[in-house]
Amino acid sequence: MPEMRELTILEAIKEALDEELARDPAVFLMGEDVGRAGGVFMVTEGLQQKYGKDRVMDTPISEAIIAGTGVGAAMTGMRPVVEIMFCDFMTLAMDQVVNQAAKMHYMTGGQVKVPLVIRTAGGAGRAAAAQHSQSLHAWFAHIPGLKVVLPSTPYDAKGLLKSAIRDDNPVIYFEDKMSYKVKGPVPVGEYTIPLGVADIKRNGTDVTLIATSSMVQVAEKAADLLGEDKISAELIDPRCLRPLDKGTILDSVKKTGRAVVIDEGYLSYGTTAEIAALISDEAFDYLDAPVKRIGGMDVPIPMTPVLETVTIPNEVQVVQTVKGLFGRRYPNE
Amino acid sequence: MSIDREIMMDMYFYMQRIRRFEETAEELYKRGVVVGLLHLYIGEEAVATGACLALQKDDYITSTHRGHGHLIAKGGDLKKLLAELCGKATGYCQGKGGSMHAADLSLGILGANGIVGGGFGIATGAALSAKKRQSGQIVACFFGDGAANQGILMESLNLAAIWKLPLIYMCENNTFGEYSRFDEATVSDKPIGERAAAFGLPSSKIDGNDVIAVYECVQQAAARARAGKGPTFIEACTYRFRGHHMGDVGTARGYRTKEEMDERWHHEPVGSFRKLLLEKNILEEPDLTIIDQQIEKDIQEAVDFVNSSPAADASKIAEDIYA
Repeated sequence: MPEMRELTILEAIKEALDEELARDPAVFLMGEDVGRAGGVFMVTEGLQQKYGKDRVMDTPISEAIIAGTGVGAAMTGMRPVVEIMFCDFMTLAMDQVVNQAAKMHYMTGGQVKVPLVIRTAGGAGRAAAAQHSQSLHAWFAHIPGLKVVLPSTPYDAKGLLKSAIRDDNPVIYFEDKMSYKVKGPVPVGEYTIPLGVADIKRNGTDVTLIATSSMVQVAEKAADLLGEDKISAELIDPRCLRPLDKGTILDSVKKTGRAVVIDEGYLSYGTTAEIAALISDEAFDYLDAPVKRIGGMDVPIPMTPVLETVTIPNEVQVVQTVKGLFGRRYPNE
Repeated sequence: MSIDREIMMDMYFYMQRIRRFEETAEELYKRGVVVGLLHLYIGEEAVATGACLALQKDDYITSTHRGHGHLIAKGGDLKKLLAELCGKATGYCQGKGGSMHAADLSLGILGANGIVGGGFGIATGAALSAKKRQSGQIVACFFGDGAANQGILMESLNLAAIWKLPLIYMCENNTFGEYSRFDEATVSDKPIGERAAAFGLPSSKIDGNDVIAVYECVQQAAARARAGKGPTFIEACTYRFRGHHMGDVGTARGYRTKEEMDERWHHEPVGSFRKLLLEKNILEEPDLTIIDQQIEKDIQEAVDFVNSSPAADASKIAEDIYA
């Protein structure tokens, strides 16, 4: 067993960036205030001091050209790791990501590779209102040619980011801004986690909870509460939306016969719909109840916490939804 | 004129090669052999030719939806290009990209682009990459007067200026953005390059039908970029003699007159340059005939190649989505 220590997700991400900068001279970081200021969330703190201004580059506030420059550099021998501060700002870089990065390899008959990572922060909970709180990962998972990564633990955050940087394809890496301080064990030394392999965060027999990013913590709490009522929940974290590890999800649902999908993105036309459809298509005969979905409320995310909190899925919703699948009555309901 | 006779021959060779390729593509399109959207470069040959002859073989270019000329001038393969236009498995992109996405990484051709202004990001990134790798390469970013109105140009100019990137902004002002006249869609009482000048870039407005003027201007810009002095902006004024694409025929869309087109044809670059070479006794008629015959042979080989090529392979439809 390798030696373990506790790191936060933020520390795990920084360690991955640090190690990859040290390992490969083609890797460089670029983004708004990622250098001297250390990033708005302090994820890249100290890296410019360590690697210099040419490896950790502060840019103007110009998301389109930040992403576009990443695409061009990736096409010509570099491995840029670009930061778009909030995923809400990805809208400004959409052409670069969706029309250029995602399609370049295919459109050129495989001639061109785009080994680009875009790190971006999503998630509500900071009273940051409608343009700084969204979870827009489903948009990118919609696009063939992109890979979409959503870590939920420090261990996953580090191993997945290192794989993303070494991948020859454009990868959008979503960090949940409320989870940066979440702690967990991370081994000392080198490891990677392959993209497209789900993780079973908790084994169970009665219901499968499929949860992404920040919702993994919500599902963990819900699973604890369900356990008190003798409902054994299995928790699957897909970790990547594209490629999606369908097998792990389907195997679990075939075992438990019930599924609830939880994701912080808007409920309509999103991640939960895609995974629910997968289960309905390929595990229908194993289901004892309809597949249920819990997502962010379909509303521009309001600023004041009194309202904002209402829009974010929580463990009570998960518990109530799961109990609804069993057709029993519970004393505390 | 201090330009070598060899380079003059190359200028004529590439301009005529582009002209004849485009005429051939046009003909094959009308016969249903070329498929998809086709945007022809006829009349603009001097820009791509003058610019690419001033570059080194390993320099990068980014191109546009009207990109055959750039690819050919950079040394691209007529066979693979024509096959791509015809959706053949032997094309540059195995029929998956077509005219608007032809690329040849081995020649530094980072692709045509279906998005107007789609090359700005790629060119800026390639220039940053060249600088980081200290490869000595520079980048020429071709775009039109239409793309000059995309906001990302300003972001690119600013970044290239503050980072002193080895980048040449090669604006082909061909008088039309799709079905709109340049002077209706764009502030036209000042050169487009004044936008770049505001970021401190040297900028010039030149006759884009004069291949020598283009060549000399790009040579200067290339020397400046290679010396680490940063980007340059060039507006080369020319005229698009065909429609925006093949569906835009003649004067039906109302943005120009037959009289204007006829008047402009007197200044079209290939015939003008041929005349100049003869008048100045730089080349004789037999020299030009030899070049013409070589081009006709290459064009015929490309057509034969297409005719003997298999269609795109449906079993490979899901290949190359990911590397």
